[in-house]
Amino acid sequence: MDRLVLLVSTGVARGLVIALFALSLVIIWRAARIVNFGQAAMAVVAVYVAFAVHAATGSYVLAVLGALVTGALLGLAVERGLMRRVPGATPMPGMIVAIGLVMVLQSLLGVLFGPRHRPMSPVFSQSPLYVGDVPVLSRYDLFVLVVALVVVVGLGLLFNRSTLGLQLRAAAVAPEVSRLLGVRVPRMVTIGWMLSSAVAALAVLLLVPTELGLNAHSADVLFVHAFTVAVLGGLDSPAGALVGGLVVGVLISLVTGYASAGLAPLAVLGLLTTVLLVRPGGIFATKEARTA
Amino acid sequence: MSAPAARSASTARGGDTGGGAVRGGGAGTAAALAVEGLVVGYAGAPVVDGLTLEVAPGSVVALLGANGAGKTTVLRTLSGLLTPRGGRVLLDGDDLAAVRVEDRVRRGLVQVPEGRSVVTELTVEENLQLGALWRSAGRAARRTAVDEMYDLFEPLARRRASAGHQLSGGERQMLALARALISRPRVLLLDEPSLGLAPRVVAQLFAVLRERADATGLTVLLAEQNVTSALSIADRGVVLALGEVVADAGAADLAADPALRHAYLGF
Ligand SMILES: Nc1ncnc2c1ncn2[C@@H]1O[C@H](COP(=O)(O)OP(=O)(O)OP(=O)(O)O)[C@@H](O)[C@H]1O
Ligand SMILES: [Mg+2]
Repeated sequence: MDRLVLLVSTGVARGLVIALFALSLVIIWRAARIVNFGQAAMAVVAVYVAFAVHAATGSYVLAVLGALVTGALLGLAVERGLMRRVPGATPMPGMIVAIGLVMVLQSLLGVLFGPRHRPMSPVFSQSPLYVGDVPVLSRYDLFVLVVALVVVVGLGLLFNRSTLGLQLRAAAVAPEVSRLLGVRVPRMVTIGWMLSSAVAALAVLLLVPTELGLNAHSADVLFVHAFTVAVLGGLDSPAGALVGGLVVGVLISLVTGYASAGLAPLAVLGLLTTVLLVRPGGIFATKEARTA
Repeated sequence: MSAPAARSASTARGGDTGGGAVRGGGAGTAAALAVEGLVVGYAGAPVVDGLTLEVAPGSVVALLGANGAGKTTVLRTLSGLLTPRGGRVLLDGDDLAAVRVEDRVRRGLVQVPEGRSVVTELTVEENLQLGALWRSAGRAARRTAVDEMYDLFEPLARRRASAGHQLSGGERQMLALARALISRPRVLLLDEPSLGLAPRVVAQLFAVLRERADATGLTVLLAEQNVTSALSIADRGVVLALGEVVADAGAADLAADPALRHAYLGF
């Protein structure tokens, strides 16, 4: 029972990071109808910058800021420099460009920093906290949980309560009508990319200390999990990304804890298959098609 | 909603308004909207080839024509969604060639597109807020603007929290019109707003247009298949066939001309 509490609470913290990354995929999908396969590589570049900032200043807050700003700027550069020039009638060309981007970024990182994992120490302790004498999640996991929750709530407020969010949502589902109402749709697409890349960078920054360390491929597995989650929840659905992230996070934690870490990917795959069988609409199925 | 009742003398329908002449208070009055030698089309031969048209400020002009005549093509070119191959579009005398769609809206040229143009994933309230966004700075100003629309279109007030896809066709068309009016346009382009609506709803919507034209000087270009209803509120009617103006006359004259009706309007 004690073990279950520990595994579930740790899984929730992990799950929120996956959910954050999945949310970043949902934001781009809604804004630009692209599954950004380059998201993990872009986020890792931003985290390298955060790493350098941390090494230079010793400030974790500045490192977080560095990751967010670099992430946003990368999103801006990729959208304005690359994606805007891709013919946009179907999602496929953009996704192929995104895959090309992964190869370029990961090769560059490999050339610049080599294959070794740079360890990044967490800002808080990783030994479990106790409630009574029951071990629950660690201080660092608690920190991750709080940060992820704040970001999720903030994104919710931004999209649902602000005029910018209203324009982002309208531009995503009805670009032509939005333009006819004066919404600067291309700007909304750019903002969507910047927001998305910044959120992804933050998710990877939160993850790295609990993994092997920083490396060109640090976020590959996170991407796979988040992509699974986004597919499960529906690429159009922020709520689906959140719930899906929690489910996958807890599942991985339980399977790793009670069986073995090696079985976790299999469990995620099993979950994906099951859900797609039940909801065969599958990958790009959305509630409703776009209205022009 | 008020009936299309009294009308000032300057906008009264009559027989003296044919020929595309600019109506209004005397010589030198600029047309609110002017089209000069417009050439536009898709792949292949142009759909509209050399269209010239003027719409006087505060007037309602019906743009008529059979299916495929080019009405939608003309309106989409005016709002900037289509780029003309030749000719000019002038708003209050200014060439709009370099002005993007979203900036034409800021200059007061607003199009309600063909079909169900409500953003179905947003609520009625959100659709209206979106329409009010760039025009009314500040939450309070937008609230006032939105509430004015609820007063004008009572069915919308009852459905303010409903998503767009939950509305009936008539409610959607009301919402599309309200969302356009809320930005206080000077020139409003409407593409078949009567499509699929009950006659009573059509009458209500058209009454609002007429009232706005008379009360606020709104200029309306109304593309319609519903010729009778459109001409009943219009000052002038322009008939398109194969992208060319084949008739341009006062609304009453047009409605009364059996040869014209038979040849181009099919009734
Ligand atoms: N996207 C398009 N691509 C190619 N041709 C088009 C396109 N849209 C319209 N057309 C053609 O242009 C011509 C004019 O079409 P348009 O939609 O402007 O007519 P309309 O007067 O609005 O007709 P309706 O009353 O049926 O709405 C038609 O011959 C039509 O087939
Ligand atoms: Mg049409």
